[in-house]
Amino acid sequence: MTVSASAPLVERLGERFKQALQESSDFRGDLSIVVEPAAVVEVARYLKEEEGFDYLLYATAVDWPARDPRFTVVWEVRSLQNKTRIRIKTTATMPEPHVPSLTSVWTAANWHERETWDLLGIKFDGHPDLRRLLMPETWEGHPLRKDYVSFGEPVIFSDQKLEGLEPDVIRG
Amino acid sequence: MAETRIAAQEQFGPGPEQMPFGPEHEPPTDWMELNMGPQHPSTHGVLRVRLKLDGEIVRDADAEVGYLHTGFEKSFEDKTYTQGITFSDRMDYLAPPINNVGFVSSVEKLMEIEVPPRAQAIRVMMMELARIASHELWLGTAGLDLGVYSGFFYAWRDRELVLDLNELYSGVRMMTSFTRVGGVAWDLPDGWLEQLQRFIDVMPSRIDDFEAMLSDNPIWHQRLKGVGVLSRQDAIEAGVTGPMLRASGIDYDVRKAFPYCGYEQYDFEVPLGTNGDCYDRYRLRVAEMRESLKILQQVIDTLPGGPWLTSDRKVALPPRSELSKSMESVIHHFRLVSEGFKGPVGDVYAFVESPRGELGFYLVSDGTNKPYRMKVRPPSFCNLQPLRQLVKGVLVADVIAIMGSMDFILGDVDR
Repeated sequence: MTVSASAPLVERLGERFKQALQESSDFRGDLSIVVEPAAVVEVARYLKEEEGFDYLLYATAVDWPARDPRFTVVWEVRSLQNKTRIRIKTTATMPEPHVPSLTSVWTAANWHERETWDLLGIKFDGHPDLRRLLMPETWEGHPLRKDYVSFGEPVIFSDQKLEGLEPDVIRG
Repeated sequence: MAETRIAAQEQFGPGPEQMPFGPEHEPPTDWMELNMGPQHPSTHGVLRVRLKLDGEIVRDADAEVGYLHTGFEKSFEDKTYTQGITFSDRMDYLAPPINNVGFVSSVEKLMEIEVPPRAQAIRVMMMELARIASHELWLGTAGLDLGVYSGFFYAWRDRELVLDLNELYSGVRMMTSFTRVGGVAWDLPDGWLEQLQRFIDVMPSRIDDFEAMLSDNPIWHQRLKGVGVLSRQDAIEAGVTGPMLRASGIDYDVRKAFPYCGYEQYDFEVPLGTNGDCYDRYRLRVAEMRESLKILQQVIDTLPGGPWLTSDRKVALPPRSELSKSMESVIHHFRLVSEGFKGPVGDVYAFVESPRGELGFYLVSDGTNKPYRMKVRPPSFCNLQPLRQLVKGVLVADVIAIMGSMDFILGDVDR
């Protein structure tokens, strides 16, 4: 997508959603918009029904522990007709990160949002079936968070006091 | 499907149309929950499908994935961009070259690196070979699920030819890891193109054999025609790609829609289906194999010379011969091997057409030498999602045919 082709879309979005559209960028030809969480469903419905973005590619999230809000939640959609793509981003804050679900707009978001809940612990409000997908139901923690150490087993050394160790700190 | 269902009604009593179904109706107590998998041979990996059965008829299904989850996305975050290439092979283990190219193209997009034409042509050849091998394996195993035992051996024999070519080029039969950021790791070895030419010459007759065996086979027709129908609208809604989407009549192939690696220079067709059933998916994959052969022939005929790796020393290793002559090359070599290269801050999405559909990599970089976040959009994962709606109301035996026609790879689904 070139800048000239994408600019009018961003302008239309800005005109319609005003300050709900917080940011937009065009990096390496990938158009992204940052929308405030409350307006995500509305923006998504507009994109699908008026702009022809009929096809959901994926949904995921990125964990930025040092930032506030901590999580960026991402959906990327495509218009098969116009051969364009747009990345919808929003944010979620700790301690109970949650954003609206887009399953009501694109049903394909179902598994992608389940996976995001499973691996990053973001709740999607209004999701019909928010269960863990890849990890077992009984799993504790969300592996793709940055404070979840990928190689680390709680080890108790002989000089350490047992009560001083909290395995959760290590496992994240 | 209608004919099989009528036969089933005659045999087993009233079919699904006569039975009330919905949340307001309590499920009859004689419904049975059946675990298909995780070790069922037709799941081609470790997939568990919980079926709710009313006699022979499936009322509901829930796919449980994750048995092969190995946390590749987490592992990518711990490895430099070059090291990450070896992870990408192991996701979709039936088309590793396509995963390699998908991964490095996301890094190349982030770093804005030009790939030399010869490297692109080598990539195209490896990818098309992988597509043929993957479709061959699909033909063999999907047929095996439905009782075509001999087809399996034919398919295996032909796939072996591709693995031999992989081995001759990369030293490895499956996990090729042949790409590097900015090109490919090695030039083609002597005699490789001749062997590829022999492969291209022999394959059409082998595909003809297959078609003679299956395409007009009445049993094959009965098992596949009208089974697992996905309409155009449903296919888009469900987010499927690749042969699943094209069998429903939607003309979307990444190679045509967003050409990469120079696909725009080659003349090939994108086969389309009309009914969106299992039989169309079979026909489509066979047709795709022929198109891949066409592309391979064109690449051989037009193979450009020149370097196979970018000369940008910030991302690509200098040639071995330079190390004894140039101090700068030694420094570059040391930097690249010890810590890799750093990418700019930003996020990109790059995608390629795998045998199963659109394989995408969403790469978030925070300016270090490792991906900050690497999200993979696996085609198998997206294609498996509509399983529930596809199997509702069909016979248990058709579930095997439908799952077979979806061609998912559990390593790709679970990552």
